Amino acid sequence: MKEPAIRRRIIADKSFKAIVVLLSFASILPMFFILFFIISKGISVVDWTFLTHLPKPVGEIGGGISNAIIGTLLLIVISTAFSVPVGVFAGIFLCEYRKGRFAYFVKLAIEILQGIPSIVIGIIAYIWVVLPMGSFSGLSGGVALGLMMLPVIVTSTEETLKLIPDGFREASLALGVSYPRTILKVVIPAGLSGILTGILLSIARVTGETAPLLFTAFGSPFMNSNILKPLNTLPLMIFNYATSPYPEWHTLAWGASFLLIVLVLGLNLFTKVVTRKWKVQF
Amino acid sequence: MESAVLRVEDFCAFFGQNPVLHEINLTIPQNRITAIMGPSGCGKTTLIRCINRMHELIPEARVSGKIILDHEDIYATDPIMVRRQIGMVFQKPNPFPMMSIYDNVIAGYQLNGIKLSKDEKDKIVEESLRRAALWDEVKISLHRRGTFLSGGQQQRLCIARALAMRPEILLLDEPTSALDPKSSSHIEELIVQLKDTVTIILVTHNTAQAARVSDYTAFLYLGELIEFGPSGKMFTAPKDKKTEEYLTGKFG
Repeated sequence: MKEPAIRRRIIADKSFKAIVVLLSFASILPMFFILFFIISKGISVVDWTFLTHLPKPVGEIGGGISNAIIGTLLLIVISTAFSVPVGVFAGIFLCEYRKGRFAYFVKLAIEILQGIPSIVIGIIAYIWVVLPMGSFSGLSGGVALGLMMLPVIVTSTEETLKLIPDGFREASLALGVSYPRTILKVVIPAGLSGILTGILLSIARVTGETAPLLFTAFGSPFMNSNILKPLNTLPLMIFNYATSPYPEWHTLAWGASFLLIVLVLGLNLFTKVVTRKWKVQF
Repeated sequence: MESAVLRVEDFCAFFGQNPVLHEINLTIPQNRITAIMGPSGCGKTTLIRCINRMHELIPEARVSGKIILDHEDIYATDPIMVRRQIGMVFQKPNPFPMMSIYDNVIAGYQLNGIKLSKDEKDKIVEESLRRAALWDEVKISLHRRGTFLSGGQQQRLCIARALAMRPEILLLDEPTSALDPKSSSHIEELIVQLKDTVTIILVTHNTAQAARVSDYTAFLYLGELIEFGPSGKMFTAPKDKKTEEYLTGKFG
């Protein structure tokens, strides 16, 4: 027969565990509700016409969101082209010269940039790009999204490279390899999976951004691949259609939401695959 | 004394204001194994890192004096050329993790952007792995990653990688301290075989190892060269009292 004190303790142990499990379960519930809701509302909208046709004017049935899909992909390309070179090299700099005063300022600036609300970044891109060029454009949207991707890429590159043992740098330098080649051909390849993970996660993060695009990419009902003209994207389209008074546009917005979620989830899953497959063991 | 390949003259090294090596004078004979021994912190690793100019990679590191290789002061030439003539193997085996065994061996060429034909590559890989006594163990798995090998095999792969550059001198920085006794004796046998083709400088804090493999031994203590001479003599009849105390285990 157990002592009452011990029995109390076993009960306390078990109830604590039950609470932990219950609350963990509660934390995943919202995700399932969101997924269920969007899939049930959106999946029936998605068909070949939806993916390949342009939006129709109000009152006409049908039409698709092909321009928003193309626009989203274009914006990803532009913002990646801006942020990856700058972000990866800044990350290398922070890792290699971590003790300098300039590195301290770069790190501080990156942390501040990370905390700036996305709508403010949109305004900045408006002032920097839209005003001088005189037109809303995909380019300005790409600049805004690139600014949002930058801190994620810098931080993940720096953290990844820091974990690479000094032994590999030394081995390369001792073979008479120059410092730049050592960085480009030994250090970066060894950390490639971590750097790619950072880039993919930052893309997943900005794909759904709407606020910074309101003043920049702006949205457009036409098919457009000219990055100097206004560009439609999935989140902008969802925003414009969902706030409109027309039920058929609401339906299209659900379909677009479904597509956006699929895109972001797909990116996240792809990131996991990349991380596992390209991981370098040391 | 036999023909010298490397001469260290009045050499001092510093970290910032702290002296690490003081007025070292040393002549390394060709095709012999020279062991540098001494207790931890005596500057033996710093000394060989000065010989291939790796010491200067640390900010605030300074040196004075000369190290002469083939009548030329290595501190008057380009560090990259020095490192191609003087290979180095480190304490912890460090094959490049993203490369196959084959690519690791020719890494010195590939990373330097030196173009080689397929035949030349195959030849260098086989020759270097044979010299490092690793060929028979890895010839069927040349295109697997080097990190699947055991610690001792990885270290021999690192030796093959250094030998592939056909260096005049091979620096070994405590190459067996991270290995089990069996792999260690394997590496020691290999070092003895290698001296016919390359001059070897071996840093060790294991006096028994220095006695087993080396032809000459230098004893460093607190940044000073206490004694240098043929190993047979030093281990049986050391001239300096400090050397004798170290060898008999009075300190160290």
